Amino acid sequence: MATKKIESQEKVITADLFRTVGKSVEEMEAISRPSLTFWQEAWLRIRKDKAAFIGLIILTVYVILAIFAPMVSRYEFDQQDAYAMKQSFSAEHWFGTDSLGRDLWVRIWVGARVSLSIGFIAAFINSVIGTILGGFSGYIGGKFDMILMRIIDIIYGIPALIVNILVMVVLGPGIKSLIIAMVITGWAGACRFTRGEVYRLKEQEFVLAARVLGESTFMIIVREIIPNLMGLIITNLAMAIPAAIFREAFLSYIGLGIAPPNASWGVLAKEGTAMIRLCPHMLYVPAFFICTTVLAFNLLGNGLRDAFDPRMRGTD
Amino acid sequence: MPEVILEVKNLEFSFRTYGGVVKAVRDISFEVRKGELLGIVGESGCGKSVSVQCILRLNPEPPGFFEGGEILYEGKDIVKMSNRELRKIRGVEIGFIFQDPMTSLNPTMRVGKQIEEIFVGRKEVSRAEAKERALEILKLVGINEPERRYRQYPHELSGGMKQRVMIAIALVGQPGIIIADEPTTSLDVTIEAQILDILKELQEKFMTSIILITHDLGVVAKMCDRVLVMYGGKIVEEGPVNAIFYETAHPYTSGLIQSIATLDTSRDEELVPIEGTPPDLFSPPAGCPFAARCEYAMEICGMMMPDRTQVTPEHYSACWLLHEYAPDVKLPAVARTMETDEEAPSPEQVEMEERI
Amino acid sequence: MGKYIAKRIGISLLTVLVLVTVVFILVRLMPGDPFSDPKMTPTVKENLNAYYGLDKPVLQQYTTFLGNLIRGNFGYSMKYQNQTVNNLLRQSFPYSLDLGIRALVLSLSLGLVFGIVSARNRGNKIDLFFVIVAVIGTSVPDFIVGAILQYFFAVKWGLFPIAQYKGLAHTILPSIGLGFYTMASVSRIMRASMLEVVQQDYIKTARSKGISNFRITWKHQIRNAIMPVVTVLGPTVASVLTGTFVIESIFAIPGMGKYYVESVQNLDYSMILGQTVFYGIFLVFANMIVDIAYGFVDPRIRIAK
Repeated sequence: MATKKIESQEKVITADLFRTVGKSVEEMEAISRPSLTFWQEAWLRIRKDKAAFIGLIILTVYVILAIFAPMVSRYEFDQQDAYAMKQSFSAEHWFGTDSLGRDLWVRIWVGARVSLSIGFIAAFINSVIGTILGGFSGYIGGKFDMILMRIIDIIYGIPALIVNILVMVVLGPGIKSLIIAMVITGWAGACRFTRGEVYRLKEQEFVLAARVLGESTFMIIVREIIPNLMGLIITNLAMAIPAAIFREAFLSYIGLGIAPPNASWGVLAKEGTAMIRLCPHMLYVPAFFICTTVLAFNLLGNGLRDAFDPRMRGTD
Repeated sequence: MPEVILEVKNLEFSFRTYGGVVKAVRDISFEVRKGELLGIVGESGCGKSVSVQCILRLNPEPPGFFEGGEILYEGKDIVKMSNRELRKIRGVEIGFIFQDPMTSLNPTMRVGKQIEEIFVGRKEVSRAEAKERALEILKLVGINEPERRYRQYPHELSGGMKQRVMIAIALVGQPGIIIADEPTTSLDVTIEAQILDILKELQEKFMTSIILITHDLGVVAKMCDRVLVMYGGKIVEEGPVNAIFYETAHPYTSGLIQSIATLDTSRDEELVPIEGTPPDLFSPPAGCPFAARCEYAMEICGMMMPDRTQVTPEHYSACWLLHEYAPDVKLPAVARTMETDEEAPSPEQVEMEERI
Repeated sequence: MGKYIAKRIGISLLTVLVLVTVVFILVRLMPGDPFSDPKMTPTVKENLNAYYGLDKPVLQQYTTFLGNLIRGNFGYSMKYQNQTVNNLLRQSFPYSLDLGIRALVLSLSLGLVFGIVSARNRGNKIDLFFVIVAVIGTSVPDFIVGAILQYFFAVKWGLFPIAQYKGLAHTILPSIGLGFYTMASVSRIMRASMLEVVQQDYIKTARSKGISNFRITWKHQIRNAIMPVVTVLGPTVASVLTGTFVIESIFAIPGMGKYYVESVQNLDYSMILGQTVFYGIFLVFANMIVDIAYGFVDPRIRIAK
């Protein structure tokens, strides 16, 4: 091997190849990869991540159907029909009807409005409150931080579900009560998380550099810390939504969430479990939508976590 | 010439990643002789760690894999060994000291257990004997109260202490070869000197061969008998430590030497950094990997990898400047004034603060 | 370690006090009235209020309530005469405890094994299978799992009893239904943790020692990978407890969960209050025990604090 190489080289080596050309550092330093912004790259990575992209598509379809399907349907979500009870799937009723003859297709999408909006709104409010308090607490530190952390310790100590149930009992069923119940306990997690991250970030060189350059605390939080946390916040948001959907389903199941005849996926599933022997599709249909939605959020969340992970940037 | 106990021939090792295949080690050959202290220098990412980890097959495979070459130890090729055969070598024939003692010890296992674990499953050594050996070795690496340390967990030890434990782990099986992968990079300078002293002492006492990987030329000058200089996954120069410092034959080695401060660097003199960055090993250049950063680069350098060429007996360099057609270039080396010392430059002369 | 345990107990006691106070306030805020029967005359109502101490000042009610709690008395029902929370708990708690322990043991052991097997087979079909099971498992609410298990295995195929809790055969479906979600999430956590640990430097150190792969996996990888699972044990206990609410309703098991849901639906204030306090205290202390146990498992906490 080695001797052959030398022979083949010997043939082409001529003296004129030994002209000194010197360094070519500039050329080497040229950036070979097109530079992408944080968001562009995250989007590219999500699109490449098959599972996450499927999750995103499922969610988009569900949101669109939840908005428009009930508008264009011939049926009302609470419109009963004594002549069309417990029907299975048909051209007339795509997802069949329930024990009162209500059209399940419409009820599913009306329920989707409730379940999805509770998921989005509760998770979003939690995330906003948690991020602001946590960011402030982590960056400022001191007494404020200490008191807040003790409060969070206690909130953590009390089982969230117990508080949820009590709040629901006090406020009565409804979307507003559900959101309030979930926010009362939910912000603590986001807060503790953000605080930890801010704590870590504020010691890093780029923040120190900004401080040395005389940027104000507010500007440091807005310009240096929040952009670095954006990915994690969004990922956590995506993971918090299915948890809220689960909680709604659970509370509705034990009779505290949304009161019939209003529909949510939890209410529909509860009605389904009661009727499982007579018309199992009443359970299968809402179960399918709860599961696929939560699944889609989980897939998307995993994908987002990878997409925003700075360690993974540029490797693809 | 002392007996050769380990021979690496045309070793090529790569990693499969999402971005493609990274050719981390590209056709390197070297040998390790009995009782010598062989240094491997080069900047981060030049393949020095990967190549020595190949010797114990410690690189994760996959994603890593051998593209070619062999590693001969006692007549057998380590590249082709089964897991069972490897286990007979690891720890007892060849020991390994890792770079970062902070993360290289299992946080949930007592220090003593981690040392004597080497003997688990080896019938020759009983439990009691293993413990005795562990305590002995702890004392040997300079840990006071070995009995107490033996029962402690890693987080209860200081960084220097942890690195001593790492050395103890590498030593306890009494291997003939010890590979030390940047053993002092994460330690304070004072601790660094102590750790290096221990290594040197052991090498002299037991005639152990040590492969010392570092990016610190000061350490090389102080410790090593022979040196390999690696760049871009290749060995660019090798030779006895004096030859490397005084008769530097590769522009990269020369650049390394120029970029560190010595005590007789006057205040007005500027240190000379090597401009640019190492090559992208996703698509390594066809020619000399250093060509783009080399001020003496010639047209041919970008086209073909130069062959390993003998400069003096024992001293080799892979550089086109050594070719008969090349212009005569005098590479700057360590100032000749030091020749009067006869010995290699001492650590006071080549300061260690400058990390490449 | 002693200081660490003392601190944990202190925080737990404080949490319980806050919980009890919050519960008390919330229950006073509740709409409706336990004696909302329109046929009831005002005098009867007043008598009842006096009987249950509802006519006293709020502060006094609070201290009475606290005093009762300290004596281990969780209160009585306002709907059913002679029914006390303690009575109810005495009857129902053993069922829930039994079911809960079964579900926990089942889900933790299977979850850990699945996670480990999955991580050891990273990237191949076995891994894919367990990942899919885990992802589905964490996407299905437990009442749906319970209902479907009951429908197929009991109603349709008759393999197991449909309801109640009388023998081993009765316990299987509820335990699976209750543990399914936990199993899936433990398996996910364990898999991720195993893969994280395998990249750690100390695994390489272990490999450099020439010890067996089995020992590396067991003593170095699993021993460290299990830590994150231990940290979620507290929330896991809570989630299993939550699960009993629905699982017990579905399988008609006379446990705490079933009665809790009933009291909520009956708006039986003092019943809700008593049971909630009991749940709260139970979970707070479960969490505390998990935290202390964690201190024992992780030497870094054991000695540092």
